Amino acid sequence: MEYPKDLKYTKNDEWIRVEGKQATAGITDYAQDQLSDIVFVEVVAAVGESVAQGSACATVESVKAAAEVYMPAGGKIAAVNEALPTTPELVNKEPYGGAWMVRFELTNPKELDGLMDAAAYEKYCQERTH
Amino acid sequence: MAYIPHTERDRQAMLAAIGVPTLDSLYSSVPADVRFPDLDLPEPLSEMEVMAELQALAEANVDTRHYASFLGAGAYNHFIPSVVDHILRRNEFYTAYTPYQPEISQGTLQATFEYQSLICALTGMDVSNASHYDGATALAEAVTLALAHHRGKRKTLLMSPSVHPHYRQVVRTYMQGMDVTIHGDESCCTGPDDLVRRLDDQTAMVAVQYPDFFGHIVDFTAWAEAAHAAGALLCVVVNPLALGLLKPPSTFGADVVVGEGQSLGIPLSFGGPYLGLFTTKNEYVRKMAGRLVGETLDSRGQRGYVLTLTPREQHIRREKATSNICTNVGLMALASAVYLSVMGKQGLRQVAELCYHKAHYAADAIGRLPRYKIWNSGPFFHEFVVECPKPVADINEILLEQEIVGGYDLGADYAELKNHMLIAVTEMNTQEEIDGLVSALEEASHD
Amino acid sequence: MTEPVIFDLSSPGRRGVTLPEPDVPLQPLPRGLVRDDLPLPELSELDVVRHFVRLSQLNYSIDTGFYPLGSCTMKYNPKVNEDAARLTGFAFSHPLQEVTTVQGNLALMYSLQEWLKEIGGFAGVSLQPAAGAHGELTGILIIRAYHRQRGDSKRTKILIPDSAHGTNPASTSMAGLQVVELPSDARGNIDLQALRQACDDTVAALMLTNPNTLGLFEEHVREVVDQIHACGGLVYGDGANMNALLGVVRPGDLGFDVMHFNLHKTFSTPHGGGGPGSGPVGAAPALVEFLPGPVIEAVEGDGDEEAPLYRPVMPAHSIGRVKAFLGHFGMHVRAYTYMRMQGKSGLRAIADHAVLNANYLRARLRDTYHVPYDRMCMHEFVAEGRWDDAPGVRALDIAKRLMDFGFHPPTNYFPLIVHEALMIEPTESESRETLDAFIEALQAIADEAHRTPDVLLTAPHKTPFGRLDEVRAAKELVLCCRPAEMDT
Repeated sequence: MEYPKDLKYTKNDEWIRVEGKQATAGITDYAQDQLSDIVFVEVVAAVGESVAQGSACATVESVKAAAEVYMPAGGKIAAVNEALPTTPELVNKEPYGGAWMVRFELTNPKELDGLMDAAAYEKYCQERTH
Repeated sequence: MAYIPHTERDRQAMLAAIGVPTLDSLYSSVPADVRFPDLDLPEPLSEMEVMAELQALAEANVDTRHYASFLGAGAYNHFIPSVVDHILRRNEFYTAYTPYQPEISQGTLQATFEYQSLICALTGMDVSNASHYDGATALAEAVTLALAHHRGKRKTLLMSPSVHPHYRQVVRTYMQGMDVTIHGDESCCTGPDDLVRRLDDQTAMVAVQYPDFFGHIVDFTAWAEAAHAAGALLCVVVNPLALGLLKPPSTFGADVVVGEGQSLGIPLSFGGPYLGLFTTKNEYVRKMAGRLVGETLDSRGQRGYVLTLTPREQHIRREKATSNICTNVGLMALASAVYLSVMGKQGLRQVAELCYHKAHYAADAIGRLPRYKIWNSGPFFHEFVVECPKPVADINEILLEQEIVGGYDLGADYAELKNHMLIAVTEMNTQEEIDGLVSALEEASHD
Repeated sequence: MTEPVIFDLSSPGRRGVTLPEPDVPLQPLPRGLVRDDLPLPELSELDVVRHFVRLSQLNYSIDTGFYPLGSCTMKYNPKVNEDAARLTGFAFSHPLQEVTTVQGNLALMYSLQEWLKEIGGFAGVSLQPAAGAHGELTGILIIRAYHRQRGDSKRTKILIPDSAHGTNPASTSMAGLQVVELPSDARGNIDLQALRQACDDTVAALMLTNPNTLGLFEEHVREVVDQIHACGGLVYGDGANMNALLGVVRPGDLGFDVMHFNLHKTFSTPHGGGGPGSGPVGAAPALVEFLPGPVIEAVEGDGDEEAPLYRPVMPAHSIGRVKAFLGHFGMHVRAYTYMRMQGKSGLRAIADHAVLNANYLRARLRDTYHVPYDRMCMHEFVAEGRWDDAPGVRALDIAKRLMDFGFHPPTNYFPLIVHEALMIEPTESESRETLDAFIEALQAIADEAHRTPDVLLTAPHKTPFGRLDEVRAAKELVLCCRPAEMDT
């Protein structure tokens, strides 16, 4: 299970990478493992749209589950990953790399304060897998 | 105790294994003050006695095997080939459950896949679900699809008044908690242009029927264009048997096609169980309610089938599911698949044409009666409306005396259509029966 | 062994059914509205019969063997029910016929309403909903209408236990209300503390399945019902598990305000491979006027001799129609037939033997499979399909291996609150011999799980088909086969 140190994490298993005012988000290795084989991804947020922290930006489906992906922090969408609809399995293979879901400009960087760092998130995941 | 195999010895041995003395002691968690009520119900009857009682009840009815019937309005007296019921009576089909364990349910799964394929072939649409309860609830789910498609930003439904009255009522029932505006059907006879004029940027969907409740056949291409230009979806409610003859609604540009499949090999059965058809285009498949069967391979490389896209459904998605539907009408879907298979390309066309010609023969003859007038202008399929000289109920009473079940009283649903009767003619009505209807109507028109 | 798809058996020009030639003059067909082609298959009657008979032989069914699916009540479907539903007067009557010409049908429906009222302890019943989930939506809409009629539109929440069937929250959403999930306690009951905290004047109702999906009778049902009523809410009963309560207790007597019945579970109507079912709804006196309609009413005759006139009537403040026509009448006939044969004593015997069978299995299996809530169960119980010392083996593998022993697996992965759940409901139809054979099979499988787990992980081996690739089905999405000429 991977927990890259340069990222921040939410309780709903999203990750966020911040570079200045630009952010990228997706779902974590733990999340893809729980869902198992991903068969469908739909990014519902549109380029140019402002989406608040906690609002749904994508939906992910496997054969046995479906999950909503929420914005780890609010922002204006700059790009969505066009590869995901045709290759949903990227989410299983490269959750932190090729399967990024949205790129956006942060509205309020202070929202990042409430998120977990890699160590805290790893602990959170371990607690859940008793 | 019918159908319970236990002997006293069995019971004693089992109670001992559980470690309790009596059957009553199994219920210690049930509050004592309301336990074991003395139910006011009759004592049991044997199978022989029950059948005698049921026979008497059944014979207290008038039915379409004994009377000539011209009653339609959403349920039709059609010929059902004997093959259909014999297949429905296969124990492995009717006593099976929903195919959640695909390895031992390929019969149900493949038959359902074939049903989906046959309905797509008939309607011209891309994908069909495994069935809904009936045409009315399928329409309600089409509205849900449209609302979901617009992500809640459009909350108006435009409904033609010529969609079946029960269907429009069901849509209103389903939408009562959803803050949706429904209009377009305030008067019986809104023409296509009136409806199109009411399209705006709040319209999620326009719903029309084909043939409509009054029998009219309309080419909805212009309606689809207008709806799409306004950003709305077009839903067409169909009678699938009519599609044996008529252009499929996919050619108009319909986004969702729903309908009632009772005319495809399902008996009248006093209103149910029937068959809700639900089809749509590929782009809306994930918003579609109901079960879906998809093709795949098994571990041995064989072609097989499974329930798929299940994350849409209630058992996974729960409150975010596309619908709450669980049990649908699987056996009725099988009935229609068998019907369509044994009727085939030629048979379905033939039965549709028979209905068409017989209905037109009847309409011509009734139209020549001095005190009756055919209300329909424009082409109709197998139903038409007759303006009568007297209340429809009075005319039907006289018809009954001649062992004829007359048409539907439209005044019950449309204030402007008092004394108008909706007459349906199918392949089951012989020329003799039709002539009998005409002369009975003639007689009934006198005081 | 695969059976070709119906389109692949087609041969151009072949006819199945022939119809008579038109006996009326032909009219011109409507111009511009006639279709060019009709891409349906062309087969002979024998082709069709062989095809569907061979398909049927690929199915497992109750009439083939034991089917212990929890919360589905896979009891025997009596054959007399099938004959009854096909009686000409029933099968060939039209739903819109004038009332005096269908008194047999209406009398049957009226009796069924009355019996369900009596069994459930309700003041009114509507037979219109077509399935359990349909009944649930109906019930929630009734509750919503009741509160709004009292001028109370603040009540937008429905409390639902975490063990509930997925249709419960789905139905709530469809009614435009909000789901609030309630945890279960260590004994599998509703957590009373959590309930007390959640109860306020924004709560419309609690949806309660009793016995619950763990097969347990809610130990504090009286407190639960009183608590909800005290904060002004109502109690909706999911009657899926009614098989355990027939003649034992009436939900209405426990304070349930509205409940759906599943005729295709408790009352023996067949499952049909996914329906048709029927989900009548019963209501307490305050809610009767909101029932969906029409319902059947009896107008007493003038003299003692005269039979009542039965007719359909819309309740005064009905939520409206939930379906076209009157409901799944064909299923009403079957349920009526069943109840008439069971009678008062028969219904109680059903519950007794259903509960006896479930507890027998629980008692004999608890040493081999962990039963997390190990107290007297009702008509079903939940076991865990896993062992710490057999890693890698899950409920799914046990289920697949059971098929090799000739049994349909129990429900897996439900309820969600039990890890690797196996929900087992034998029903009263099964003999001790069948149950013993099932126990033996499960014990053999437990043994295999520890010694030769591979045989489970690759099961089933003896069925016509192996495990099917669900990932492939979802990704490649082939939902319809199209004959060659349809592709443009």
